[in-house]
Amino acid sequence: MEQKIHPKIKEYQEKQEESKVEVPKANLVTLKIKKYNPNKDSSSSYQNYQVPVEKWTTVLDALLDVKQNLDHSIGVRYSCRQAACGSCGMKINGKPKLACFTKISELDSTEITLEPMDNFPITRDLVVDFSRLFANHKKIMPYIMNNESEISNGTKEFLQDPKHVEEYIQFAGCIKCGLCNSACPTMAMDSSFVGPQALAQAYRYVADNRDKGKDNRLKVIDESHGIWRCHFAGSCSQVCPKGVDPAMGIQLLRGYLLGFRD
Amino acid sequence: MGDNDNKEGFKGMANPGRYGIERVAYWLMRITGLGLLAYFIAHIYETSTILDGPSAWNAMLEMTQTTEGHIFLTLVIGMCVFHTANGIRLVFGHAGYGVGKPGRPDYPYPAKSLNMKGKACIYASIGIAALAMWYGIAVMFGV
Repeated sequence: MEQKIHPKIKEYQEKQEESKVEVPKANLVTLKIKKYNPNKDSSSSYQNYQVPVEKWTTVLDALLDVKQNLDHSIGVRYSCRQAACGSCGMKINGKPKLACFTKISELDSTEITLEPMDNFPITRDLVVDFSRLFANHKKIMPYIMNNESEISNGTKEFLQDPKHVEEYIQFAGCIKCGLCNSACPTMAMDSSFVGPQALAQAYRYVADNRDKGKDNRLKVIDESHGIWRCHFAGSCSQVCPKGVDPAMGIQLLRGYLLGFRD
Repeated sequence: MGDNDNKEGFKGMANPGRYGIERVAYWLMRITGLGLLAYFIAHIYETSTILDGPSAWNAMLEMTQTTEGHIFLTLVIGMCVFHTANGIRLVFGHAGYGVGKPGRPDYPYPAKSLNMKGKACIYASIGIAALAMWYGIAVMFGV
């Protein structure tokens, strides 16, 4: 297949020919994108695309530039472009990151390898299937369980002081981007592991003083592919883009099961 | 289809280089655990030779007095010391101690659980294991 040249690069080259001015090479990067369609391809392949970038260009900006100008067929999922929706997680130069939250300039490389996140089935190219992540999230019952519902008639709202909010607020910031599950060494070996995302969310609700479902949740995670498979490698917290720190949540949650917390 | 499953597998689990010293400690903990298990099995075999009489026992002991035997025992010392020291760190961590206190995260969101205390414990475990190995070498090789 003939490699298309980005219109802006063509423009630079033409200008260079006309005025003999050197094209600023530092502003060009090559995106090496892993392409794979499970319904069509027997194996994956890499395609290179050269794009011009500015110092504020994010990986997602560059990807969308490639889609617009060089190859419309690249499969990429995105939505908010501001690290709030958790849609554009992918492996950038070997590490799981959000494409919209990663600037090309901070990667310090002129060749950027983009691959789908590990430990998730591939839907197409850079898009992975989150069914298992959402199923595990659902399994830990991610809602306040309390018979004295604050929305039923005659009951007051549940009041909470700031001290109690501090106990869980960082874990409520999870955007379900799946980066933690992708970096987890246990997930790499065991697809049935409930995963750092769901475990951190279990802690989020267990630590909430409005919630009365602690025993039910602990029962769900206290099983052979549950919390005991975490070995505190900390990679989940290393890659979390929102400061959720799943490794902390998991260890604190384990404290409940071991009887150090109540 | 294998490629579609996209599980990182053993290669990803065993790759210690990408996620900081905590991932290196995780990798060392696994390797030393397996090494100590292998040593335990070998040790049971070694001591069981006593049942075959004094000559079999002495022949087995002689094997440990070779250069290879000393290198092997030096590695066992290192594995044992690292696994114990890092294991103590993990016992506290798994109980929820030393992993930081939950609170409102601020940009750039440093993970409190991967704090300096934990890192210092990992480096100390590696350092103590190296010292113990050095002492073992000094005793066994008479350095």
